[in-house]
Amino acid sequence: MVRTLEITIVAGIAGMLLGTLIAVMRLSKNPILSALAATYVTAFRSIPLVMVLLWFYLLVPNLIKKVIGNPNLDIRLLSAFIAFSLFEASYYAEIIRAGIQSISRGQVSASLALGMTVGETMWLIILPQAFRRMVPLLLTQAIILFQDSSLVYVMGLVNFFGVAYNTGIRDGTLVELIFFAGAVYLIICFAASTLVGKLQKKTT
Amino acid sequence: MISIQNISKWYGEFNVLKECSTKVNKGEVVIVCGPSGSGKSTLIKCVNGLETFQKGDIFVDGVSVTNKKTNLSKLRSRVGMVFQHFELFPHLSVLQNLMVAQCRVLKRGAKESADKGMKLLKMVGLQAHAAKYPAQMSGGQQQRVAIARALAMDPIAMLFDEPTSALDPEMIREVLDVMVNLAKQGMTMMVVTHEMGFAREVADRVIFMDQGQIVEDKPKTNFFKSPETDRAQLFLSKILSH
Repeated sequence: MVRTLEITIVAGIAGMLLGTLIAVMRLSKNPILSALAATYVTAFRSIPLVMVLLWFYLLVPNLIKKVIGNPNLDIRLLSAFIAFSLFEASYYAEIIRAGIQSISRGQVSASLALGMTVGETMWLIILPQAFRRMVPLLLTQAIILFQDSSLVYVMGLVNFFGVAYNTGIRDGTLVELIFFAGAVYLIICFAASTLVGKLQKKTT
Repeated sequence: MISIQNISKWYGEFNVLKECSTKVNKGEVVIVCGPSGSGKSTLIKCVNGLETFQKGDIFVDGVSVTNKKTNLSKLRSRVGMVFQHFELFPHLSVLQNLMVAQCRVLKRGAKESADKGMKLLKMVGLQAHAAKYPAQMSGGQQQRVAIARALAMDPIAMLFDEPTSALDPEMIREVLDVMVNLAKQGMTMMVVTHEMGFAREVADRVIFMDQGQIVEDKPKTNFFKSPETDRAQLFLSKILSH
């Protein structure tokens, strides 16, 4: 379970930070930045997560090993972190972009009229308001990420689901343990969703 | 103080501003009125570069708005602006609304900004509301905070874009009172408004716009007594008769 949470938290935070950057780039007036961000988002959202993970598992470790020069280094977890972060960033970017766009143009005008720069306006005025509105959506995405983190098995990494599976094989209780793992996911996600629902009522 | 020179603006094919020129001298209060869609809000937003324009130039205290070398943020920090929909920052308290730009743009310390903020809140009669959030206040109170926020930057001139249009009738007076006081203190003001009572009280000049053009630009008494154009006469008769 620790591994699952580890991936959820690391990829959640890294994805949100990178996603914010990409969202701001996508909304920028600079056509090159905007096109780069759009390409990134479209590319990652068009590829299944399993494929992203496999690429990072099969290609990137070899590449890094060649660079570092230590063939026995285990960087599967690092690869998983990076793959999940990059993948999640594309989803977070879209949520954050919508959040930013939901703040009225007048707020931007008011901030600029006070002499604040575009950067200050974004950082002090727009993003704090946008994030407040987006909390429920960001958490929902985190719940999805939590579930998706079970896919790390394709990288040969063991997580909560993997442990349950292996234990089941060892003790001959595979069906029970898979049901058990499913139930745990269900309980956690249901609890989190309920929380998000309550939060959503509070913010609106 | 503010010199608008032959500015024209197009939205695609649509010509919003046509060769507009006027001047606002130091200490002058100039009212901009006209039917909706006549370009008055667009014109006032050009003054601090919130709107761009394709032709002509505007100088604020001798600084060109269009010159690429102009530090537009600095120019804007010297010109206060008040919006139709207040545009207070909802995630900040009233006092923080007044402090954020002072700290960031003018690099004033927190204590100094807060003192200045409280002084201005007192001036608009809202010192008791400093810790509130904008959503907890009435429209009239919010607009008074917005005026105080603009004044906190020690502006050399103030722009008002229909400051009372979004207010319930009983709240218009409290906002106008603040503006009248400001005018009497000698603030240079450019005000887009339909409040002709306010214009009569404090205006030095009245500009009448229609279809993107400045149709009349004359001292207040002349404007109200003898508007030259039919369009201005029609506008006045409509707006004063109700």
